[in-house]
Amino acid sequence: MSIAASPAAPSAAQRSEDYLWTLNFGPQHPATHTTLRLVLTLEGERVVDALPEMGYLHSGFEKIGEHLTFNQYVTVTDRMNYISPIANNVAWHHAVETLLGIDLTPRCRHIRTIISELARISDHLLCNGAVGLDTGAFTFFLYAFYQREVIYDIFETLCGARFTNSYTRVGGVSQDFTPLVIEKIRAFLDTFPKTLDDMERLLTRNRIFVDRTKGVGVLSKEEAIARGATGPVARASGVTRDLRKDEPYLAYGELDFRVCCAAAGDCYARYLVRMQEMRESLRIVAQAMDSLPGGPVNVGIDQRTALPTKSQVYTTIEGTISHFELSMSNRGFEVPCAESYAAIEAPNGELGFYIVGDGSDRAYRARCRPPSVLHFSIFPHLIRGHTLSDVVAVLGSLNIIAAELDR
Amino acid sequence: MAVEMPENVVVSRLDELASWCRKNSLWPMPFATACCGIELMATGASKHDLARFGAEVFRFSPRQCDLMIVAGRVVMKMLPVLQRIWLQMSEPKWCISMGACASTGGVFDTYAVVQGIDRFIPVDMYVPGCPPRPEQLIQAIIDLQDKIQSEGTISGREFDTPERQLRKRALVEAIGPLAADAARNPVLQRQLSGMAAAPTHS
Amino acid sequence: MSQPPTDGSVPSPADQTAVAGRPGARAVPAELEVRFGTLEHSSFRGQERIVVPVGRMFDILAFLKDSGFDLLVDVTCVDYLEYRGARHRYGLVYLLAATADNRRLIVRVFVDDPDPTVPSVVPIWGAANWLEREVWDLFGIRFTGHPDLRRLVLPEGFTAHPLRKDYPLQGRGERHNFPVLSRDDG
Repeated sequence: MSIAASPAAPSAAQRSEDYLWTLNFGPQHPATHTTLRLVLTLEGERVVDALPEMGYLHSGFEKIGEHLTFNQYVTVTDRMNYISPIANNVAWHHAVETLLGIDLTPRCRHIRTIISELARISDHLLCNGAVGLDTGAFTFFLYAFYQREVIYDIFETLCGARFTNSYTRVGGVSQDFTPLVIEKIRAFLDTFPKTLDDMERLLTRNRIFVDRTKGVGVLSKEEAIARGATGPVARASGVTRDLRKDEPYLAYGELDFRVCCAAAGDCYARYLVRMQEMRESLRIVAQAMDSLPGGPVNVGIDQRTALPTKSQVYTTIEGTISHFELSMSNRGFEVPCAESYAAIEAPNGELGFYIVGDGSDRAYRARCRPPSVLHFSIFPHLIRGHTLSDVVAVLGSLNIIAAELDR
Repeated sequence: MAVEMPENVVVSRLDELASWCRKNSLWPMPFATACCGIELMATGASKHDLARFGAEVFRFSPRQCDLMIVAGRVVMKMLPVLQRIWLQMSEPKWCISMGACASTGGVFDTYAVVQGIDRFIPVDMYVPGCPPRPEQLIQAIIDLQDKIQSEGTISGREFDTPERQLRKRALVEAIGPLAADAARNPVLQRQLSGMAAAPTHS
Repeated sequence: MSQPPTDGSVPSPADQTAVAGRPGARAVPAELEVRFGTLEHSSFRGQERIVVPVGRMFDILAFLKDSGFDLLVDVTCVDYLEYRGARHRYGLVYLLAATADNRRLIVRVFVDDPDPTVPSVVPIWGAANWLEREVWDLFGIRFTGHPDLRRLVLPEGFTAHPLRKDYPLQGRGERHNFPVLSRDDG
């Protein structure tokens, strides 16, 4: 845990820096929200430099990915970005299906789109709520968290787990939408805009909040690209990249929505982009609900990836054979000996998996491309010259999730 | 021998009174590392509202807390931090291990994850689930309150002797940087020699 | 020239258009081959990939950056120790993207034991800094010219590189190696 070796003979320049003060921040600190650590060099209250340290939650996700089958590993991806687990599920199986060359059914594509957008809303709610909390707006946080509970409730009705959903499967999802789920999503679509208005009224023009976030932690467009920022962090700096538009996956190509961008690149712009994205997500969910196609939710028996329905298993020989083969460890999927990368626009940025297939039903290598790592590495650049109290505002606006950061 | 008692006087042992006070004013220290931490936040937020059970005063300084809630997996790099914070908490103190990862390592049976924090620090209450629902955590806190009431304060661990304080300080020093360096670590070397013949890949 | 064990199956034309990549348009700029000679080139599920030799990778990546690939999406590595038909042990993966026209390109570099070393691309993309540190940490690939090549996620004293295939999933006992605190320790 040593940070810097003490110099043998301090030079004149070093002696003149004697007044600098080193402050350890984390890894167990309420405002980090997760387990990350910063070593800050302070001049009075001003941050001269920051040295981020990570790994306090490194659990070997990628190593586990080499030992679990494509369907089993989805439970581990839940625990990756744990404030929007279902987006990780979608990202993982999107990558697996890219490797296996599976075309999803239209209903499945829409269902995955809807749940991804609900996950985005839930992620942005927590992120903006936490920014509010860190800058002194506790009520805003409680508003946000209550709406998360509503989304939790939808997911619980959908798949039984309120939080770690493990909802997707190779070639489909674990459960189809029931009428009750549809009813709950519609109710959420009706009630959430009002809460969102309330939240905006609470914070968006709040003088204290604006003063604490405007002009703080500015990331220019060039820096954002050079340092690998993606998602809302990049879009708040004027990068118009959004994989939902640029490389349409799932049902995004058929839906009408805008990419939310800002030019300022500061904490306030990141807050605004997230607020705006929630509204766009609502539009996407509403459209996808209206155009929700019928038909099966999983791919057919001929694709040999998703388990057939019970009626197929009990009444047809193909169904029985397919069910039997998929349940056997050595007769499962046909996986090419090849490598592919596929990414989705997760709430935090580009979340992709680079999967190496070796013919077995486990990945030979399951690399996750986490947006948080690159965002956290930008942090020293953003905080230099600001005050100590801005540290939490900048950290909150980057939305760094330790489990995704360290894996 | 009968004593005349005024109406609104209750007779109890001092010990029971102290326990009663303690159990109803738990100050949790949220050692939230991963997913369970979000459920811990949900427990404190409006829908589940931990304040109903007198345990909502989350304090982030270990010195002000008497209940550590370890929410989430603890990994190699984090365990020294956990131990140091546990030692910094003042007596009497209790620990809830929230979730499968903190209790057993959960699904993360990997090189980096500590397989249950109770191997390295004392734990009073385990909460199953991955992650546990807020209701489960509240149940654990209620159970812990029963435990505090029934155990009492007779053991008096909170009254530290100077010798114990010195020992504690030495421990804090020992748990400094992680000692995973095989060359300097006899425990690790012993384990390494035993595993040399093991298959490398399952 | 290295022959990676990838692309074992012949992708059908349907595969090529199935996913994100731009079908039809080649992501690799034409001048690349003019300047650097013929590079091994393949495509799978519409994702284009070139294999570059270690000696020239820095120049080629710098050239690619100048020709539009301004976003370094990811740097990672694969250990081919147990991979059927692999000729090299480590295969580095550089995922590039162009923000202007949404091209993507995968660049592969293969290195071997005993001293897997590649030049660092931090001078080209600042984003590579932590990604290369992670590869060093988990695979033990050394990046020459990296400004700060320390371990990223594992503790400083750790000696192994756990994502190598000869490292067991449960580790070698490092996770059990801590002092135990009892009730009496306070």
